[in-house]
Order: sequence, then structure tokens, then C-alpha cells
Amino acid sequence: MTHHIVEAIDLHYTYPDGTVGLNGVSFRVSHGESVALVGENGAGKSTLLLHLNGCLTAAQGTLRIGDYPLNSKNLNEVRRSLGMVFQNPDDQLFMPTVFDDVAFGPLNFGMTKDEAKQTVLRALETAGVGHLAKRPPYKLSQGEKRSVSIATVLAMSPDILVLDEPTSSLDPRSRRRLIELLKTFEHTKIIATHDLDMALELCERTIVLHGGCVTADASTQEILQDEAFLHANSLEKPLCMQKISLWDPNKIPHHTHHHSDYTHKK
Amino acid sequence: MNNIGKNSFDIGRMDALAAGDSLLHRLDPRAKLITTLVFIVAVVSFDKYALSAILPFFLYPIALISLGGLPYNYLLKKVLIVSPFAILIGVFNPLLDREILFHIGSVGISGGFVSFLSILLRFVLTVTAALILISLTGFNAVCESMRKFGVPKPFIVQLLFFYRYLFVMTDEADRMVRARSLRTFNSGTMSFRIFISLIGHLLLRTLDRAERIYRAMCCRGFDGHFYLIRSMKIRVPEIIFMSGWVSLFVLFRCTNVPLHLGTLITGIVP
Repeated sequence: MTHHIVEAIDLHYTYPDGTVGLNGVSFRVSHGESVALVGENGAGKSTLLLHLNGCLTAAQGTLRIGDYPLNSKNLNEVRRSLGMVFQNPDDQLFMPTVFDDVAFGPLNFGMTKDEAKQTVLRALETAGVGHLAKRPPYKLSQGEKRSVSIATVLAMSPDILVLDEPTSSLDPRSRRRLIELLKTFEHTKIIATHDLDMALELCERTIVLHGGCVTADASTQEILQDEAFLHANSLEKPLCMQKISLWDPNKIPHHTHHHSDYTHKK
Repeated sequence: MNNIGKNSFDIGRMDALAAGDSLLHRLDPRAKLITTLVFIVAVVSFDKYALSAILPFFLYPIALISLGGLPYNYLLKKVLIVSPFAILIGVFNPLLDREILFHIGSVGISGGFVSFLSILLRFVLTVTAALILISLTGFNAVCESMRKFGVPKPFIVQLLFFYRYLFVMTDEADRMVRARSLRTFNSGTMSFRIFISLIGHLLLRTLDRAERIYRAMCCRGFDGHFYLIRSMKIRVPEIIFMSGWVSLFVLFRCTNVPLHLGTLITGIVP
């Protein structure tokens, strides 16, 4: 039995141009947990994610994915057990058709063609996009692209799912559908996001990054209620906790006051 | 009015056309690829003053466009877009080759003019044939059949990637041009400095994207090989299609059909 854990100990990474990406990041995500990774732009979220599947290598510190400490020898096993959904589906969907794209991973990992076919169809069904199999990826809507990206990763049957901004640029209904889909997955999940409402809904735990360091690692409820802390980390209470009534501009918190202009205009 | 919102190429429409379901669409891509190649070789191999002998070859594009239900106008526009290349190649011929070949009424027609016309005819034929091939088959299937014929894999992969990201890149370029024109209030010409900067940005963005794509590929175990699941079969219709057209092309190539027809009708032997 493998343990679907992700453990980072004191990761440091500096980009070649001198920008500090990670500055001593440590955490441990255990089997079956769903963790939100939040922080302002440039806090190091994407840098951290790129470490998780070995796209970047930390200058200092160690990383354990599942049963393996991440190194060049077991890179393939790690990449198979940790499925990564990139922020921009156009980067992830590069094959001629949706079917080929989803089959890309399984075939690379040595599945036979018949097995791969079955796996692809199952993954597409699970992601709710079975009907798109024959379409070229560039013809899809943003929401469809996102679901297909998730299917490409599901087809490799990973133990751990890592998603980078899964709800960005989705319309409300596609976002809702995605959240419901993610709820059904039993994988260990790490979700980097600015969508704090989603984080609240999907993740019991949140890790906050700020300037390449972990500034908080606790229950999502707890973190998102601490207004002073959120403010210090360039974050804001999720909308569902702000208790805004759009019809009463006086109740809007002071830092979003300029929006009241819009509520007056009709 | 500047077409700020209009995509300049609209190549994607060919894929939509390729998704059709006519008899021609259903043929094995390899049959269509071979027929097109034979067609192109036959057309190109005529001598430089050939004009009338080339005309029968128009039968092929016309037949395929009508049977495949393809839009004439759309294909014609695509041919026009690339026509400057052909015109540039042949436009100086009338100046360089002034030997009079024949007369129409009292006007002498020079060899250069005939060869220029011949170049244009061949250009229209070959480009249309290629466009028809893609519109009836789809770019990916064409690439796949090339692979089956043993074209090296890296070459095919390059082609596939080029095609896949052509759309992403034209979109990106369109967005940049739009952003620029919205802030220059359509003042028309773009200064050289701005043009260079736009091109430079496009290149940098492309490089960035290439890196991200490569990462995404690595995450899914890319090791330099592409595997595709496809089945293709050459059956009776494919064989009829290929042999029929190829023998027609050979006939057209070896005999000057219009000349013989003319001889037959007027009864004058040249």
C-alpha cells in the first residue's frame, strides 16, 4: 500500500535572475487530504508546484512524494503518481485530438493500445467530457479545455492531484461543475488558487505562502476568518464570508468601497 | 475601418470541413495523399510553355470540390492569399523572355508571357489540390498517413505542433495587434519600431509557451516518442479512387487532350 503523502522539508529555490522563489518551505500533506495553497501573485505558489513534479529542483531541502524521495532516478514514478493540471489548458493540450491528448500519458507509461483506449474513455467519462473525444483541443471552450486537462491527468491514475488555478477564467456554471467534480475525487489534492470561496468549499486545510515562505498552515476556516492576517498576506476574506449586501453600499467593507459606484449605477 | 476583431487566417475552417461525411471524406487518407502527390508531380512536370495541356487537370479540383461539398469561395480566397508568391516568381518572365511564340490577331504573345501564365495555372492547381486534400482529410490524418509512409517522426511531430500552435499564435498576435490599435486610435500604419517590438514579444511569448508545453509533456512521461492510436485500411473504394485518377493524370500528362479534341472537332491536322 502506497501512502499518498507529499512532504517538503526546508525547500529553497532562487531563479537564475536572482528572484527568490522559495525561501525555506516545509509542510506535510498526508493521505487523502485536500489542501489549498494560497498567496498573493509572486508568493511562490507556481514555483512550489513546479518542484512537486521535478520540473524545478530545489537548491536546498528535500521533497518526498508518496514513498519516494524525489530524485532523477524515480522521476517517472513520481510523475505518474502525482498528476499535475496546469493553469493554462493550452499548454497542456498539445495533441491533435482530445482522445490522443488523454492517451498521451498512458501510452508513454507503457500501456498497450487496447488498455489505453479503455482508460482514455473512462477518464473522459469521469471528467464529464466523453462526447468531446474526437474534437481538436483548440476548438473547445475554456471550461471544456479545463475538464479535458483534468481527464489527461486522471488517465494516468495518479494518487495525488495537483491543480494550478483550476477555476481561473471559468464562467460560474463551469466553475461550479468543476468544484462538484473535484469533490468526487478521493485523491490527495493540492490546489493552488486565488478562489478562496472554492478553497473554503473543497479544502479542509490551507497553506499560505508569502514571499517564498509558509506564513500559515492550518484549517481553512480558521485562516480565512483572521482578517488581520489575511490583510498582511495581501489576501481578503472569501466573498461568502464578507456578508455583503449588494443593495446596501454602506455595508460594504471599507477596502472595497470604490465598488459602491457600480452598485449605484443602474 | 480596421478589422480589429477579425481573425486573419481562418484555417480552422478546414478542420470543420474535414469533419464532413461524404464518400470522399471517408476514403483512407493515404489514398488521397498519393493521388494528390501524383497530381502535383504531373502538373509541375510540364515544360515551361505548356498552357493548353495543363487545362484538363482542372477536372480534378472541380470534381473533388463538387463531390466533397466544399465551398468554392473559401478555397479561392485561400489561394489568393498565397498568390503573391507565385506572381513574384513569374512576374519578370515577360521582360526577360521576349521571343514571340504566336500571334492572337495582330498581337504577338511572347514566350515570357506564356510561361508566366503557365506558372500561375500550375500554382492555382497545386495549391488548390493541397487545400482540397486537407479540407477532405484533416491535417492530422494527412500527417498520420505521411508517418505510415515512413516520413521521419521528428518531421511529423514538428508539423503537428506547428499546426496545433498556429492557432494559439495567431490568436496571440491578433490580441497584440488589437491592443495596439485600440490605443493608437486606428491611425493606420505601424512604425517600424513598434512592429519590431511586437514581433519580439511574440517570439518571447512563444519561447515561454514552448517551455511550459515541454514541462506539461514531461509531466506525462514524454520520452521523445509519440504514440497514436489509429487504424487505416485500404479497401476497394480507395483502390478505384487512386487508380482512376492516376490513370487519368497519366493520360493528361502524355497526350495534349485539348489539342486532340480541337483536331477532332475542326478536322485540321497540325
